[in-house]
Amino acid sequence: MNVTAHTTAGNAYTFGFLDEYAKKEVRRAVLKAIAIPGYQVPYASREMPMGRGFGTGGLQLTLSLIGPDEVIKVIDQGSDDSVNAVNLRQFIEMMCPGVSTTTKTAECTLIQSRHRIPERPLTAAQIIVLQVPYPDPLVVVEPSEDKRKTMHGEADYSRLLVKLYEDLVTFDEITLSHRYPTRINGHYIIDPSPIPRWDVPKLNDSAALILLGAGREKKIYAVPPHTQATPLAFNDVPFRVEDFRDAAGRRRACARCGCMNSFLDEFVSDSGDKTYQCSDSDWCDEQLLQIERLRRKSA
Amino acid sequence: MSYVAIKGGGRAIAAAAAAAEYLRTAEGLLNTVAEPLAIDAILHQLRHLVDRVIAEGGVYHPQFAALAIKQSLGDTLEAAFVLRAWRSTRPRLAATPALDSSRMRLIRRISSAFKEIPGGQMLGPTPDYALRLLRLELMDESPEAFRAIARNWLQNYPEAQLPDTFPKVLDALRRESLLPPISPPHGATPFDITREPLVFPVPRSAVLATLARAETGSLLAIAYSNMRGYGDVHPTVAELRVGYLPVLLPHPVTGELTEVGEALITECEVVAMYEADNTSDKPTFTVGYGACFGHNEVKAISMAILDRALRKGMQNGPSNPSEDPEFVLLHVDGVDSMGFAAHYKMPHYVTFQSDMDRLRATQRKSEEPV
Repeated sequence: MNVTAHTTAGNAYTFGFLDEYAKKEVRRAVLKAIAIPGYQVPYASREMPMGRGFGTGGLQLTLSLIGPDEVIKVIDQGSDDSVNAVNLRQFIEMMCPGVSTTTKTAECTLIQSRHRIPERPLTAAQIIVLQVPYPDPLVVVEPSEDKRKTMHGEADYSRLLVKLYEDLVTFDEITLSHRYPTRINGHYIIDPSPIPRWDVPKLNDSAALILLGAGREKKIYAVPPHTQATPLAFNDVPFRVEDFRDAAGRRRACARCGCMNSFLDEFVSDSGDKTYQCSDSDWCDEQLLQIERLRRKSA
Repeated sequence: MSYVAIKGGGRAIAAAAAAAEYLRTAEGLLNTVAEPLAIDAILHQLRHLVDRVIAEGGVYHPQFAALAIKQSLGDTLEAAFVLRAWRSTRPRLAATPALDSSRMRLIRRISSAFKEIPGGQMLGPTPDYALRLLRLELMDESPEAFRAIARNWLQNYPEAQLPDTFPKVLDALRRESLLPPISPPHGATPFDITREPLVFPVPRSAVLATLARAETGSLLAIAYSNMRGYGDVHPTVAELRVGYLPVLLPHPVTGELTEVGEALITECEVVAMYEADNTSDKPTFTVGYGACFGHNEVKAISMAILDRALRKGMQNGPSNPSEDPEFVLLHVDGVDSMGFAAHYKMPHYVTFQSDMDRLRATQRKSEEPV
């Protein structure tokens, strides 16, 4: 062990903030997570200089994977300009000199995201890191981690299915709105992080590697590229994404770019009127650019 | 060449930081001779704050703890957090062997089990019997008088011929076979919670390490639930000692154990009643152990009670929250719990949109004629 190589003078911070042993441990956990799709790999999550719950798990993944020629995009709620996204991006810029940041999904090599997967399909050259508050979908039916571990090993998800069934009996609807339990590669069921149901189909057969990091709960798991991801449902009650139709049954459009096939944020004005806008801000900008290009061409 | 994506959110964050910095320095508006809080003043005059932060931060670095207290305006959760985050950047270079706490240079040691103990009871600096009356004379303390107090105290108490070591009270009980003998270590190195995740069941060393850097209030609350009746440890403090523990490391060249410094710690050993289902030949008292950085007596006592409660829970299955290792160990870390509580302030627009979608769908169904 070459101790001096890893010790910096004074209290200066090294590239990527974490000490090299910590990065190595995270990378090992990532390899294991890819090898066992959907399995929650425990790791000794380090404390980061931002709060647990603000993306410390995702950040440890990002900082362990980042190289000096990386192009990073950080989003929160689909937006690059959300305060938490800005904060994380600034921290990455500070700790990883030379790394580029972008807001464009098409340009980045690594995306760290909270609560959304971009609308634009990701490519095999990209990795997306999702921040995870609750890594275990079974926590809604079983509080003990020890017991949940056994249930996962045995693929015993009966209580989760019973919960969905009870929802149907009580409300005539499955009430799970986000963090929708999704079976990976036919065995482990994961909590796909608090992405809306809208984003769950993007997990299936994804070209990009999807990594999920829970810093506080100290778990890393993965949906490797081109892996089957199936949201939990019944034969006669299919899985459904969020419904953006108005009372007349018409699909609502983004008030800014007019897009009719994106996840929408709902805004309420002072007068009580509702407007809808793309949640994915880069997608919205792209649509506007495209409209602009078409207009110029026809002019 | 790198380039950077900046928009409005970044300006908002910078402005928020500037507003907080204004609050830290606003005394200067009222008082033309206002002075920034000196690190030394925090170290010495707010020493229990420093003690709490080094214990919860899990790093014995009193200067940085004082700095963390200064920059977080005295918020202990924040200060311990700053220290922990700094710790994440440091590699682990060496590990000490088990240190012998009978070699502590004591400032205080008491036993509530015996009137007389070998080496004697030593009350030391404690507020235990102080009357909690406001000392209004400190409202406007004169610096000269302040500086004279410690000097006078030392003059009145010439350096006593104190022994280097004090025997442990528990050793006497062990000699009388009232306690089980110390089981020899199984050869396993202690569990390092900063390098390995907790996967249950966890060894006792992982339990003790987690409790040692737990948030004091959280630890106290769970230990108190056990004291009040959600549990039955009924402890007697066999010994509580506070002092400077010599820290030994192998010499890099000779390998010989060498003293590299000392750390202020608090150690508490409680004795609890014997158990009917003891597996050994004859019943003995049981022991709970607590120790942490700094002078934190309530924390060390709480820890000792929980150690005892958790071992019972691990042996016979938990019958109370304080006996359940998962419940206790996963909920006492201040950095984890405060972070998660604070994260609810972040935007949750997307998930809330999703929640509204479900509620509206359910409401529509309930309005439909059956």
